[in-house]
Amino acid sequence: MQHTSEHFLQNSRIALTDAQLKPVLGAVSTFLPALRQAAIDQTPEFESLRDYAVAMKDHVLDHLETYLTDFERAVQTRGGAVHHAAGPDDLNRIVLALCAQAGARKVIKGKSMVGEETNLNDALQGAGIEVLETDLGEYIIQQAGEPPSHIIGPALHKSKAQVAELFRQKHDLGERDLGDVPQMVREARHMLRQRFLEADAGITGANALVVENGAIMLVTNEGNGDLCSTLPRLHIVIAGIEKLVPTMEDASALHRVLCRSATGQITSAYTTFYNGPRRGEEPDGPTAFHVILLDNGRRAMRAGKYRSMLRCIRCGACLNHCPVYRHVGGHAYGWVYPGPMGSVLTPLMTGLEGAPELPNACTSCGRCEETCPMRIPLPEHLRQLRDDAATAGITPREWRWGIGAAMAAFRSPWLYRLSSGIARSALAFLGKHPDLTRRVPLLRGWVEGRSLPAPEADTFMSRWQRRQQGKSGAHRL
Amino acid sequence: MNTAASQRPRVALFVSCLVNVFRPSVAEAAVMLLERAGCEVEVPLEQSCCGQPGYNAGAIAAARPLAQNLIRCFEGYDYVVAPTGSCAGMIKAHYPRLLADMPAWRERAQALAARTHELTHFLHSVIAYAPSTVTGVAPVSYHDSCAGLRELGIRTQPRALLSQAGVPVSEMQGTEVCCGFGGAFCAKLPEISTAMADEKLAHAVASGAGTVAGGDLGCLLHLAGRAAVTGVPLEFRHVAEILADAVVAGMARSHDEVGAGVAGMARSCAIALQAPRPDREPL
Repeated sequence: MQHTSEHFLQNSRIALTDAQLKPVLGAVSTFLPALRQAAIDQTPEFESLRDYAVAMKDHVLDHLETYLTDFERAVQTRGGAVHHAAGPDDLNRIVLALCAQAGARKVIKGKSMVGEETNLNDALQGAGIEVLETDLGEYIIQQAGEPPSHIIGPALHKSKAQVAELFRQKHDLGERDLGDVPQMVREARHMLRQRFLEADAGITGANALVVENGAIMLVTNEGNGDLCSTLPRLHIVIAGIEKLVPTMEDASALHRVLCRSATGQITSAYTTFYNGPRRGEEPDGPTAFHVILLDNGRRAMRAGKYRSMLRCIRCGACLNHCPVYRHVGGHAYGWVYPGPMGSVLTPLMTGLEGAPELPNACTSCGRCEETCPMRIPLPEHLRQLRDDAATAGITPREWRWGIGAAMAAFRSPWLYRLSSGIARSALAFLGKHPDLTRRVPLLRGWVEGRSLPAPEADTFMSRWQRRQQGKSGAHRL
Repeated sequence: MNTAASQRPRVALFVSCLVNVFRPSVAEAAVMLLERAGCEVEVPLEQSCCGQPGYNAGAIAAARPLAQNLIRCFEGYDYVVAPTGSCAGMIKAHYPRLLADMPAWRERAQALAARTHELTHFLHSVIAYAPSTVTGVAPVSYHDSCAGLRELGIRTQPRALLSQAGVPVSEMQGTEVCCGFGGAFCAKLPEISTAMADEKLAHAVASGAGTVAGGDLGCLLHLAGRAAVTGVPLEFRHVAEILADAVVAGMARSHDEVGAGVAGMARSCAIALQAPRPDREPL
């Protein structure tokens, strides 16, 4: 997908004026948090599950290379192969080579954010391979030629009417009723069925990679992932290196926090563990099984201040609870990952200079950290990214110098009181001259849509000081 | 140390930049409430900004000397109380982390954090102050500021104080959702910030209360500035001001009932808080 994070401001302006998007986002940000809360209310041990999942993932990150080696060996023992991709192009190249080897011309895909990270569909189509998304949301946006707007519900930004209109355009099925959702689901299922049966290769993501037995845990609600991984003769799993969990028990714990956090489900409709290719006596399953593990900045993250970001299990809870996401939606963020987790991941994976506003797209309200099942300190990471941006000179000069000057002045209490008095007078004056305020750096943003409040006649500190001098030690005002 | 006065807890008021510059009456109300609650209140002049603007806007290192200054300034007091959840949260939740690499300072930061409180939490939960009840007060809706709510757990304390004072609280939908102020956020991304304010204002209007109360001036100034432009007929007041008004009204009433003893004090407070001030425009 095209990377437009650089234009977050313009993107968000478009989203804010999109009358169709507003009610959809309003529903997402109330409906999904309510579902999550209801599921958690039924799970008294949820907080200890979170603690367990966090400790387990931190442990894996501490011993990542060991676990990667063990996982690779376990997959090989079961007859599969593991490949390592340093970046997006490497992953796509490996997929193309595997398809070429197997003579695969028709590929079906389950939902994979890693596939979005590497632009895999474009790479496949560029090589003349037909690729079809089979998750309903992904199918819709693939037909519409749009990027996903949410990591769990890629087509959440589209209304029922828009999907019906799209299906009429794309499916040559003549006159039919598409008034309700079940009708549209039936139609998509009809369109997909034959393609499942014809496919040469299936590509899926993974929700967890189990080290002890080399199994891949895949969670879906549509069963499309199972068809992708069992019908074609070649199954390719693409996943980030951070998806490792030591044991089946760990996968189960992760599954419990994931389903509750993502969709408020106690369990997903389909949870499958794939354990290598078809073995001799088995009647079905792929004949070749490959796992491609993507780095794409993850090892660098692990080595530095953003390590805890690798705990992320892509549940989307931070998006659903973010007040900024609620108003601008996923597309404004301009890349694969939106919302708080995306505002951290996009700069780390694709460069801060190409996403300078994303760390600012946060009020530090803390709701994301509060709801993140993996307790990732997202506001702290975003704060650190703002610091990185200032250090690298990416932050506009007026902000760096303005904040720097204020912080320097405030080191002296005397200068603090003096500058507070000057600021008070200046604000009192500017309050009466909004046109002038529009030219004052740092303040101009405030008067875009807000009036400047009028300060009182004096600062509190100078009042207090005067009274103390007058009363020589009396405290009461 | 033997006088009655010295047995009262010595409380340093941390004023905060916005209160100092925009709304000194909030600090005055805080001083009055703390004194009514039996504290000896001081306002150390060596205090400065807590460093939050730099800390949150790309100058983390520049916040460090400001943190050290506040630690030095407030170290000698029994308690430090701030009429803001965000600046109190900076001291309590962030100073120990900010100074984590300087062991001696980290310990001093932790000691200060343990003694620092947001005003309503201090009044309600630390010294168990219960304002006297007045009647016939119009309801307010309470907006939970994010730092107070999530860093300090401020939620029940202001509501308890308000209802003890006889101020009915009419809850709005989504009190826990950010209003869109967010410090530099409101100036860096004004369109998103005001969209968030509009939603908050709609919920506040729907609550039926004519006044929005809050514990952080940043949120209140932002909402008031937006309401002024969009013509939303709401008043915005810091919870300290509302409580102080109620206390003054209660004292005036007890003057009628009990006698002249309290009356002088009540009158002077009433002058400090309620007399029309030509310089003060509503938020």
